[in-house]
Amino acid sequence: MRDLFLAYQSLFAYVGINALLALSVYATLSCGQLSLANAGFMAIGAYTGALLTLHTGTSWPLVLVASALLPALVAVPLGLPVLRLRGVFLAIATIGFGEVVRLFFVNWSFANGALGLVAIPQRASLWLIWVCVGAALWVFARLRGSKTGLALQAIREDETAARSMGIDTTSHKLAMLSLGAGLAGLAGALEAHLTFMVSPAGFGFGRVVEMLVQAVVGGASIFFGPLLGAAFLTTLPEILRELSARTGLQPGAFRQMLNGLVLLAVILYLPNGLASLPARLRERKAVK
Amino acid sequence: MSLRLREVARSFGGVKAVDGASFEVAPGEVHGLIGPNGAGKTTLLNLISGLLQPTSGTIELQGRRIDKLPSNRIAALGVSRTFQNIRLFPELSALGNVVVGLHLKRQGLIWQRLLALPAPRREALQAEATARALLARVGMQAREADAAKNLSYGEQRRVEIARALAADPRVLLLDEPTAGMNRPEAAAIGELVRAVAREGRAVLLIEHNVPLVMKLCDRITVLNFGKVIARGTPAEVARDPQVIAAYLGDEEAA
Amino acid sequence: MGQQALNGIFVGSIYALFAVGYTLVFGVLDILNLAHQAIFMLAAFLALALVEAHLPLFVAMPVAIVAAGLIGIVLERVAFRPLRDRADSNISGLISSLAMATVFEAIAMQVFGPDISRFPLGTFPDRVIRVGSASASLLQVVIVAIALLLMAVLTVLLARTQLGRQIRAVAESPRAARILGVNVNRVIAAAFFLSSALGGAAGVLFALAFNSISPDVGRGVELKGLAVIILGGMGSIPGAVVAGFALGLLETFTVARFGSSFRDAVSFGVLIAVLLARPRGLFGQAAVREG
Repeated sequence: MRDLFLAYQSLFAYVGINALLALSVYATLSCGQLSLANAGFMAIGAYTGALLTLHTGTSWPLVLVASALLPALVAVPLGLPVLRLRGVFLAIATIGFGEVVRLFFVNWSFANGALGLVAIPQRASLWLIWVCVGAALWVFARLRGSKTGLALQAIREDETAARSMGIDTTSHKLAMLSLGAGLAGLAGALEAHLTFMVSPAGFGFGRVVEMLVQAVVGGASIFFGPLLGAAFLTTLPEILRELSARTGLQPGAFRQMLNGLVLLAVILYLPNGLASLPARLRERKAVK
Repeated sequence: MSLRLREVARSFGGVKAVDGASFEVAPGEVHGLIGPNGAGKTTLLNLISGLLQPTSGTIELQGRRIDKLPSNRIAALGVSRTFQNIRLFPELSALGNVVVGLHLKRQGLIWQRLLALPAPRREALQAEATARALLARVGMQAREADAAKNLSYGEQRRVEIARALAADPRVLLLDEPTAGMNRPEAAAIGELVRAVAREGRAVLLIEHNVPLVMKLCDRITVLNFGKVIARGTPAEVARDPQVIAAYLGDEEAA
Repeated sequence: MGQQALNGIFVGSIYALFAVGYTLVFGVLDILNLAHQAIFMLAAFLALALVEAHLPLFVAMPVAIVAAGLIGIVLERVAFRPLRDRADSNISGLISSLAMATVFEAIAMQVFGPDISRFPLGTFPDRVIRVGSASASLLQVVIVAIALLLMAVLTVLLARTQLGRQIRAVAESPRAARILGVNVNRVIAAAFFLSSALGGAAGVLFALAFNSISPDVGRGVELKGLAVIILGGMGSIPGAVVAGFALGLLETFTVARFGSSFRDAVSFGVLIAVLLARPRGLFGQAAVREG
């Protein structure tokens, strides 16, 4: 019985971390931008947190703040040259950034290179993770309907028209890129202090796709969508793990296949994600 | 504020979309910009509002050059516009669209909003009230909650005008605001445009509805193949043989 | 020095070939196909599988290339065409091609396993050619030759054939092309076939060159491909060719001077430098700024 509870606790913790990551992707999607850098930002936050904890006596709250702040700051010089250009350039630059960050940590001997860091004390409790999720949700909920939130939505729907209304689209996009980076960094630090370890392998492009899938599947047009997506897509593979074992599918391949197919299905048929399902069903009924 | 164009030109590759256009729009004036299709009228509007940069020439707002500024800076200086293809935010409501138009006039208050203090709520309600009044001015107050994508063509045009007026612009650029409207609707827009100009704004109006333009405008600039071929009062322009040839040529081709 | 130059040209020819396919689709559809690197990878695995099934290399390679082209047609039909009329088609196209890339990688992982696979010994004769004080393997020379040949074929195709004219017309304006009677759907499918075939060819050549194929091999090349198309100018094929060789040379000289851990930093550095200084790239025509 106790094992069952512990198993669920772990699952909820992962759902929480994934929710933060999905929200970090949502931050840029909410203004119509696709940033694929968040695994890189997450890595920066994870390593910052792990190194501060392992090598300095920094207090836990400060560790978390630093882990969120550093990626948020790094996002600025990354975004500035790129955000005034067409959206595809951001996608390209962020793909490159993520890869370079991963390779940096693979080559950084101080952080043990490809082996990564271990024996990180477990400081991330379930309730702390969900307090962070709650805080992130709060921020996005409060943005909605505000002057800034409306501007973000305008940028998403028609950036040119938004600019013609006087909205400084570059600053708004940069702010969201930075916010997303901070959230990803925070999630990285929390994960490092949950799973005792940090290694570059955990921050590859597959991670970015996972975050993106969760944000899009949950629904990238409303703030609680990413939470739905994270919950759904973190628990689903666990439930389906039985299936993969029985059919002899490789677990890594299976998970990737699932991510890819679900993402494809959603982007083609339910672009605003699960969160938009009730509205879509209502529309369907109204038409009938 | 007055708007002045001096020898403004814009080329795309080898094609001269606008070739040495010069004219001026004074505050309180309704200035028509007419010409056959493809004459460069919308390109000129895009140059003024900052969507494009001229390859040569200058654009001035009350003596201050704006031709190298990005479009959001130009908007902040008091220039608003509508678009030929109507660019409302499709998922936002009519009211929401106009509230976005108020962006420049609204207060930030982001920290107070995060701390759930009361001021932002009051400010938002105020913004909505202002937007509502603007919608009423164009006769769209009844449809304020409808998503822009669900409005009819004429309704969308009216909402777009309300949105452009929201920032209380000194210069208003209207790109075919009565396209697709029937006679009474177009006449109502005409009344609105005249009233808006009388508030001291400089209005530049692209229109294909020639009778409306003749009735409404104080002065007209006629464009053909990117060049200004005539300028003056409606009466003068109507008599100009080059203008007649341009339009007649267009009709024969049509 | 001469040896480095040869190495640079060698690796640059593969980058150029990969990037040409990438930039072709961007020029025509105004969209970045993030599954291009996955097709690169699949073609390499396919060639490997055929060689392991005792097909000679000079048969396995063309088969893999054509298969890659066909996968490209399927990709377009499934992931891009349904989104063409959507307002946010740029971002949703990126996401759906990303989804397809993930699916392709999963298939490769399932069928071939996650580890590195290699061509069996003797797949290609082991000979060395001397060029002055430098030397190149016969394999390297053949790879450069094939890459140049394929790029030349594409250039001629685009410039001289009717299909090429139609592709250029659609790239200019799909609406105008349709009015002129061009079957836009078919032209786009053809462009994807060509793009993916070239990407697949690059994959097979890469696999032969480095004798290392894994489901994530495309990821490493993707960054270089992106740097090349940005440097060359999005949508410009001559740009991709020139920039591909340039990046190959730059990378080789940097690694020779500073060590191999800087290899990928070169690509990213080039990327950011171009975006900062001249986003249009060397030969780019496409609009770079939003609105």
